[in-house]
Amino acid sequence: MTSVLQAQALGKKYGSRWALRECTVDIPAGHVVGLVGPNGAGKSTLLKLAGGQLEPTAGAIAVLGGRPGSTPAQLAKVGFVAQDTPVYASLTVAEHLRLGARLNPRWDDGMARERIARLGLVPTHRAGRLSGGQRAQLALTLGLAKRPDLLILDEPAAALDPLARHEFLQVLTEAAAEHKLSVVLSSHLVSDLERVCDYLVVLADSRVQLAGRTDRLVAAHHRLTGPRCEPGKLPAGQYVVSARHTDRQSTFVVRAGGPMHDPAWTVSRIGLEDLVLAYMDRCPAEHRRVAQEVEG
Amino acid sequence: MIWLTWRQFRGSAAMTAAALAVLGVALAVTGPGLSSRYAAGIADCTPNDTCADFFDRFFGEYQIPFLALTLVVLILPALAGLFWGAPLVTRELEAGTHLLVWNQSITRARWLAVKLGLTGLVAVAAAGLCGLAVTWWSDPLDRSAVPEMARMAPLVFGARGITPVGYAAFAFVLGVTLGVLVRRTLPAMALTLIAFALIQLAMPLLVRPHLIPPVTSTFELGRTNVEGTVPPGRQGGAMQIFLSTSAVPGHAGAWVLSSDLVDPSGRVVGGGGASGPSSTIARSVPVSTTSGPCAPTGGLGSDTCTAEINRLGYRQQATYQPLERFWPLQWIETGIYALLTLALAWLCFRRIRRGLS
Repeated sequence: MTSVLQAQALGKKYGSRWALRECTVDIPAGHVVGLVGPNGAGKSTLLKLAGGQLEPTAGAIAVLGGRPGSTPAQLAKVGFVAQDTPVYASLTVAEHLRLGARLNPRWDDGMARERIARLGLVPTHRAGRLSGGQRAQLALTLGLAKRPDLLILDEPAAALDPLARHEFLQVLTEAAAEHKLSVVLSSHLVSDLERVCDYLVVLADSRVQLAGRTDRLVAAHHRLTGPRCEPGKLPAGQYVVSARHTDRQSTFVVRAGGPMHDPAWTVSRIGLEDLVLAYMDRCPAEHRRVAQEVEG
Repeated sequence: MIWLTWRQFRGSAAMTAAALAVLGVALAVTGPGLSSRYAAGIADCTPNDTCADFFDRFFGEYQIPFLALTLVVLILPALAGLFWGAPLVTRELEAGTHLLVWNQSITRARWLAVKLGLTGLVAVAAAGLCGLAVTWWSDPLDRSAVPEMARMAPLVFGARGITPVGYAAFAFVLGVTLGVLVRRTLPAMALTLIAFALIQLAMPLLVRPHLIPPVTSTFELGRTNVEGTVPPGRQGGAMQIFLSTSAVPGHAGAWVLSSDLVDPSGRVVGGGGASGPSSTIARSVPVSTTSGPCAPTGGLGSDTCTAEINRLGYRQQATYQPLERFWPLQWIETGIYALLTLALAWLCFRRIRRGLS
């Protein structure tokens, strides 16, 4: 299977601060990929590097096998919906479609018009007058009608109310399935991603903490509850993601290397949201060198 | 991309075109009358040698529109830099729309090239047309202007010929560059205004006089370069002579860079920086004021006293750029601004290509 995004020790520095460092990840094609992490973890930076808006400070990145943003052909293959879904306030909805038609060789005008009509957007309205949800839909339409192989969305739903967000993600999922395109979208809301993504990348402390197909990630992780002890005392083959202790009990989130047979421990399944939180929660200093990847 | 650039720009372009059209019509209507009045005046004054008076009257009458038009041509490039150049990229950065347009199937370099090219071309065309129209309209006035307002004078020179084209191109790209560097519209506009004003002051004061090495020469004293003589006051002292700092004899319309009085041995007569009436310096000359042509009781005019001082060997020593160098200087200066424009444009492309967000 080909990769949509391959990063090798990728890093981006703003002044003296690393926004992203030693990011190594290989995302296969054909997924709706969720990029999740706390604010300031480097999600936007990674997506902008993938879209070609930024040049990496260190390492290398390839998107659909090419250097991001380098040529018109490369740009045509990648759609990008930026954070806050910017549109030209003084241009009408129809003029935005015209812009898309003029600037993209693969533009699908029928699809764009059909989508606009289905969403109830009036072509003669100025984009500055649209609601946040409508603006996001217009930006998404521009991204989809370009007919890219990969669509990148940077926090597309962040500014939307729950209803508009639900609609937006719904439309996105349908379009991804219909046109068989790969999607990478970022969010700090795991619940959003849980609904639409089948592949997950967790970014925290400007590094990739976890990447893999969501079903396999969930299958590979467990919550262990047992008598209070230090992580080192756990049976072999259990990689500890996070640990929490009360007076008498210890709870660990572990990635299991093998089956767990010790009857002293209760093994329970863990939801995607808790799993992501466990990885985002880890003391960064302790695990600097560990960026775990579960085979996708 | 041309469509998008034009769509974003057409509003202000139309406004500018309308303003320029009004100006153009006004000039076209009044221009022929102005030049026929000038021709008639010249025909009248030439036989009885009163053309100096005619020039004074004629120029005085039209001084206000003359100055206003000159100012318009000087300000137009600054406006292009301020309102077209500085916001060209910053407006996109502030609205985030650069992320929309940079993700269409068009490279950032091409995007910038079209925006710079189209908007810059309109700015240059507007300034060029305006400059040429004003040059044409002002021609009779330029011929009759006092030396301080002549075609070679620092302020007027920049509002004539082809220099407005160079200024407009430079101001526009300066605005774009500062916008790309500071990334916010208002600071970029303020910086553009300051930087452009400083450069426009430095050019005539520091650079233009030396674009072609100026001519240095000594001239006899006469009506052209001596504005008057003043006998000593009650406190005594020497005869005072007011030497022009803006005119030399035999080179009408020259741009005089420096003018000094030298004594018969060729030494500069110091005056302690004393200045006389407008555009003159006051210098003391040890000439007899009790008898002879410079005696107040002599009843003779100031001209004979000047002639007497001239006879004693006093001369005007001046450094100047003659009027014949108007077009060479115009071309050189426009060329310099064109080179600066190219350098700044290169800087813009470099910055944009490396990514801004």
